[in-house]
Amino acid sequence: MEFRIDRSSGLPAYLQLVRQVREALRLGWLGPGDRLPTVRDVVARSGVNANTVLKAYRELELSGLVEARQGSGTFIKAGLGSTDPEVMAALRTRLAEWVREARAAGLDTEDVDALVRSVLADEDGDQVTAGEGVAVR
Amino acid sequence: MSTAIESVVDSTAAAVRARALGKRYRAKWALRDCTFELPAGRVAALVGANGAGKTTLMSVLAGLLDADEGSAGAAGRVAFVSQEKPVYRNFSAADMLRLGARLNVVWDEARARRWLARFEIPLDRSCGKLSGGQQAQVAFALAIGSRPDVLMLDEPLANLDPLARREVTAELLGEVDETGMTVLLSTHVVAELSGVADYLLLLAHGRLLAGGDLDELLGRHVSYTGPRSDVPPALGQVVEARHTDRQSTFLVELPEGQPRPVVAGPWVERAPTLEDYVLAQLEATRKGVRA
Repeated sequence: MEFRIDRSSGLPAYLQLVRQVREALRLGWLGPGDRLPTVRDVVARSGVNANTVLKAYRELELSGLVEARQGSGTFIKAGLGSTDPEVMAALRTRLAEWVREARAAGLDTEDVDALVRSVLADEDGDQVTAGEGVAVR
Repeated sequence: MSTAIESVVDSTAAAVRARALGKRYRAKWALRDCTFELPAGRVAALVGANGAGKTTLMSVLAGLLDADEGSAGAAGRVAFVSQEKPVYRNFSAADMLRLGARLNVVWDEARARRWLARFEIPLDRSCGKLSGGQQAQVAFALAIGSRPDVLMLDEPLANLDPLARREVTAELLGEVDETGMTVLLSTHVVAELSGVADYLLLLAHGRLLAGGDLDELLGRHVSYTGPRSDVPPALGQVVEARHTDRQSTFLVELPEGQPRPVVAGPWVERAPTLEDYVLAQLEATRKGVRA
């Protein structure tokens, strides 16, 4: 996988890398057993500081998503979508219903987005304010 | 190899250190009361307005200028590439490498040549006939070839086109990863530093406004936007306040060691970018009392 840094984002560079790994997992580009690029590769290909890459990999390791194997690299340990597919489907259906209701009430995508964010902020308290929680749910 | 996650930089050892450093030109202090410790293995950005004292600080740290007060030191061998990226006009790149081999105690010919090859610099043409950007690459190759423990670069990206800037940064970070050297680079191109630098030294009017781990520094700051107000929605040091008739925006430094405040209601909070932070800091000193 190839990393890129969005320099216009206030999200720290290492958290951007963490997020990209999580996204790749979610989208199925990466799966358990896959090897993450070496720090040197990321530095050379993406122009990212090695300390930043190490910090991102450490963060991923702490959250249990990857494991470092001595001498051979960093590997994906767990998938992200560990929630029961049936539960996921049910949640999705209810959310779709809710979105239809919101649309009927005249909310556009931006309004919905803002509403979701504010509810998440209330629920998570100080967790979301850091920009991106890195805990695995 | 650096792939193992354990191989984290030892953050206890300082590679560059300044204590109450001061330098003046006649009666005018170009640098005053400058204290910091740059941990080994870091890539530090030295940022500040024109005339803030960046070049003076680097020159003192590199031992090219004597300090008028305080002290400075660097661990190990230091290489310094000044803003002019000096090369001898009548020397070819190959001559410059021979010069580097003679003048340096430690010399890594292969490393210097690799840098030149990477940027397709002709070895046989005299430096005076090379473009400004190519001359800069020769100067960089010389510095890299001397295998410094601390590499100081004054405006290394200034004369380079955007693509070359990206390539030089990537190569430089690769060298850092391989050799473990510490880099201190001054630059105006703040927007391109994210993910490149991991340490910040911010200078204004010869004084150090802020210094420290970039993520930590930015993590302590929040930008709030909301209805017109004289005070921000959270306690902390206001770095910058902007107001329109109905709206206020604050950049706030949160108190250290306390949980992040939860701000509800009409306020929107945002993590500031490095550029937001630097500009706000510089703006604040400009408005403040003249140093």
